[in-house]
This record gives sequence, structure tokens and C-alpha cells, in this order.
Amino acid sequence: MTAPVFSAVLVRDLRLAARRRVDALLPLAFFAVAVSLFPLGVGPEPNTLRQIAPGVLWVCALLAAMLSVTQLFATDQADGSLEQMMLAGGSATASALPVAIAKAVAHWLLTGLPLVLIAPLFGVMFDLSGRSIGALCASLALGTPILSLLGSLGAALTLGVRNGGVLLILLIVPLCIPALIFGSGAVSAVESGSSARGHFSLLGALLIATALLAPLATAAALRIATE
Amino acid sequence: MTWGSASEFFAMGGYGFYVWGSFGVVALCMALDALTAIKRHRDARAAHPEPGENS
Amino acid sequence: MLADIRFFTFASPPRFYALAGRLIPWLWAATALLAIAGLYIGFFQAPTDATQGDAYRIIFIHVPAAWMSMLLYMVMAFWAAIGWAFNARLAAMVARAIAPTGAMFTFAALWSGALWGKPTWGTWWVWDARLTSELILLFLYLGYMALVNAIDDTRRADQAGALLAVIGSVNVPIIYFSVKWWNTLHQGATISATTAPKMVATMLMAMLLMTLACWAYAFAVVFTRTRAVIAERERDAKWLNEVVPS
Repeated sequence: MTAPVFSAVLVRDLRLAARRRVDALLPLAFFAVAVSLFPLGVGPEPNTLRQIAPGVLWVCALLAAMLSVTQLFATDQADGSLEQMMLAGGSATASALPVAIAKAVAHWLLTGLPLVLIAPLFGVMFDLSGRSIGALCASLALGTPILSLLGSLGAALTLGVRNGGVLLILLIVPLCIPALIFGSGAVSAVESGSSARGHFSLLGALLIATALLAPLATAAALRIATE
Repeated sequence: MTWGSASEFFAMGGYGFYVWGSFGVVALCMALDALTAIKRHRDARAAHPEPGENS
Repeated sequence: MLADIRFFTFASPPRFYALAGRLIPWLWAATALLAIAGLYIGFFQAPTDATQGDAYRIIFIHVPAAWMSMLLYMVMAFWAAIGWAFNARLAAMVARAIAPTGAMFTFAALWSGALWGKPTWGTWWVWDARLTSELILLFLYLGYMALVNAIDDTRRADQAGALLAVIGSVNVPIIYFSVKWWNTLHQGATISATTAPKMVATMLMAMLLMTLACWAYAFAVVFTRTRAVIAERERDAKWLNEVVPS
């Protein structure tokens, strides 16, 4: 019962995104613009840029993910399709979990994965070494799913609320901080020549824990929001 | 701890700014916290419906 | 025999309202007495510290505030969860009433800590595990307050708030350890916090008294605010209008 709901919601989201390609690319454009602000604001000194690059790239990825997640459930709720999704599995209790997982996966495929793919370009802009860029992509590959999972939780909690977008960022960013720390820390470690194995292990563990727990919380939040 | 004089007490061995800055601001915060709670209660009680308005 | 005890009698808003109303003056009295005793011992009996001079006396407000900030968050999350799980109105109201006081203590801990750090460490702030986690705790409190205030439907707001509070309480240890691991993973990173001097008996006594004072204070204010929330939500209830306004 859960698999058909999951695939139906996922395919629908991807199809809708394909029809509105510009909307889907906005988070990436935001990422590009935000990242470019730093060399302009901080100065083009390569050593400085190399040092701040892991943090800057990670923070901008985090913000891009948070900004794009606000609409995750809102548009569906506005036209009534969210209610239909919640009933698709027979009851809200049965449907909430597959809907939550499908939405998070869709968000990652549309925002997180593209961020992982375009990150090398910006790594070069900040004069990161090849190995660092590899670490950057790996850390984002592990970290952006965490952001999508936590972001979907925030979107469900703030569904239909005034100033939901800003509120979501306030609520979810504290929860994303461990991922930010280990993700950017991994890149910094590789850039300075030391091993990033500890960072990646912890990031991986964080991903597993979030993947197991966040969908349950998101499902609960969806039920609360659509009751 | 016996302080020689009141001015010694307020000086706190040169750290007066930090010590009184801490206690002072925190005391202020606690007062504000308490007063806003009391005011909130008073306002809530004041806004009661007229007799006979209960649905 | 156990069945005769009405455990949940004060889960009813009117009864809690009345009980809290009677307790609050005593709680304020306890706060005053404990604070006077704690401050007297802290300022007039505890000796000057060898390394930190008299600056260390900030500890008598800093540590109680920090402890309260963490304790109140767990209590808030607990009552919010109870309110959600058992559909208990009063539990949800208590959780809402705790949040502002908890946030205040968190700010107090951060502020007093900064003023303690400047003369002793030479800096107002460091990004070590404890300070960063405490700052994030403040964000969690503010986030909870923002969320419950943003949702108009009371029941939905209480439930969403409960979910957020519980998630936050799970996350607090994670944040603390992740920031700690980050500092240890990063070779040659920041200073470690200087530990407080080994406690002289008078210092310990003053700190404990101040902690109890803050605890009594928290009870007094949280009870007052809970009564306010009850009065707001039960505005149309007959029992409320029959209670003498206090």
C-alpha cells in the first residue's frame, strides 16, 4: 500500500518540475548568486577564498535548500491535492509516511543532486584543489539528503502559516548545524592535508539517523497540518 | 569575605563592570519576564465577556 | 487504595488555576529568601578567587541560569509531548508558558558568560561546544515560540510545537557532541574553556542557593503565565468569570 503512494507522489512531483523547469532551477541560481557574493564582499585574495570556501559553499547550499523547500507542500495544499495524497493510501495514517518520504526524495533529486553536480564549478572559483573539490562533492552528496529530509519536516510543520518561509529557516537551520559542521569540516580537512575520514563517518551516521527518524516526524507533522 | 568599604564592594577588585553588568542585566531580564507574565494574566482576566454572553 | 488518589485532579484547568493562584505568593517569597541567602553568601562569605579575582562571582548567576535554560527546555518538551500524546489541554498550556522564561535564562547564561569570559579569557565569545550549543538552544526556544504563535488554530499550534520541542530535545545532545567533535577533529583549533576553580564550600553553597532561587522564580513566573494562558483560552468559560479576579 505504501509503495504505490510513494511512487505516485514522486513521479508527480518530478513531472510537475519538468513542466516548470525555470522554477526548478531557481534554487541553483540562488546558490550561484549567493556564492558569488563572497569573493565580491571579502576580496579576491586566493588564500582567503580557499580558507572560507568550504563554509561558504556549504552555507549557501543549506540556504538554497531551505528556500526551495518552503513550497514543498504549500502548492499542493492550496489546490487540494495534498488532501488527496493523504487519503491515497486509505487513511492519513497510512499515507503520511510515503508522502513524506516521496517529497523529500523529490526535493533532493531536484535541488540537492543538482547542487552536488554544479559544486565543482564553484570550487574552482574559490581556488580549491582537486581533492578538495572531490571532498566537497562527497560531503554535499551525503549532506544534501539530510537537508532535504529536515527541510521537508520544516515545510510540514509550517504548512499554511504566515511567513512560513522565514519561520522554516529559523526552525530548521539549528537542526542542520551538525551536517554543516561535518560537511564543511570534511572539505577543510582535505584542503589542509589531513584526513576527513572522521567527518565523513559522522556525516554518514547523521544521514542514516535522519533518514530513519525525519520521515516519521514529517509524517506526524503532515497529519497535524491536514487534520 | 569582608569588604573594606562600599566602594570596594562596587569595584569588585576592578571587575565591577563585568560583575554588575551581569547581575544587573539578568535582574532586569527576570523583572521583565515576571512583569510581562503578570500583565498578560491581568489583561486576560480583564477581557471577560459580559454576564449573559456565554454561548 | 492507590485508585482513591485522584492523580489527575490538577490536570483540570480550573483546579490548576486555583492551586497555582495560592502557590504563587509563596513561590515569590521562596525566591526572595533563597536569592538573598545565596547572594549574601556569594558576595560576603565566599572568598576572592586566586586566579580570577572577584570576577568569578558571576558564576552565581551564570551557572544557575545555564542549568535552568537546559532544565526548562526538557520540562517544556516533556509537557508539550504529554499534551500531544494524551490530548491534555493544560499540559500544552504549561509548555507554552515555559518557553519565554526558558529563553530568558538562555540569554542570561550567554550574556553573563560573555561578561565573565572577557576579563578571564580575554574574549567575549568563543565558538566552542558549550557556547555554540547554548546559542543554538536559544534559537530552539525562539523557534518554538515563533511556531506556536504563527499558527492560529490553537490545537494545531500546540501539536506542531510539541513535535518541534521533542525534535529539539533530541537534537541538543547531537549539537553539543557534533560541535565538540568538530573542535577535536580540527587539529589546532580553538581554546578550551577554562574550568571553574575547585569549589570552596561557601562558593558551592551560594551556587546551590541561587539555583534554587532561580527554580522557585521559574515556578512563580511559569505558573503566572500558565494562569494567563488559561484565562485567555477559557475566556468564555463560566468558571472563570466566577473566580475573583486576582
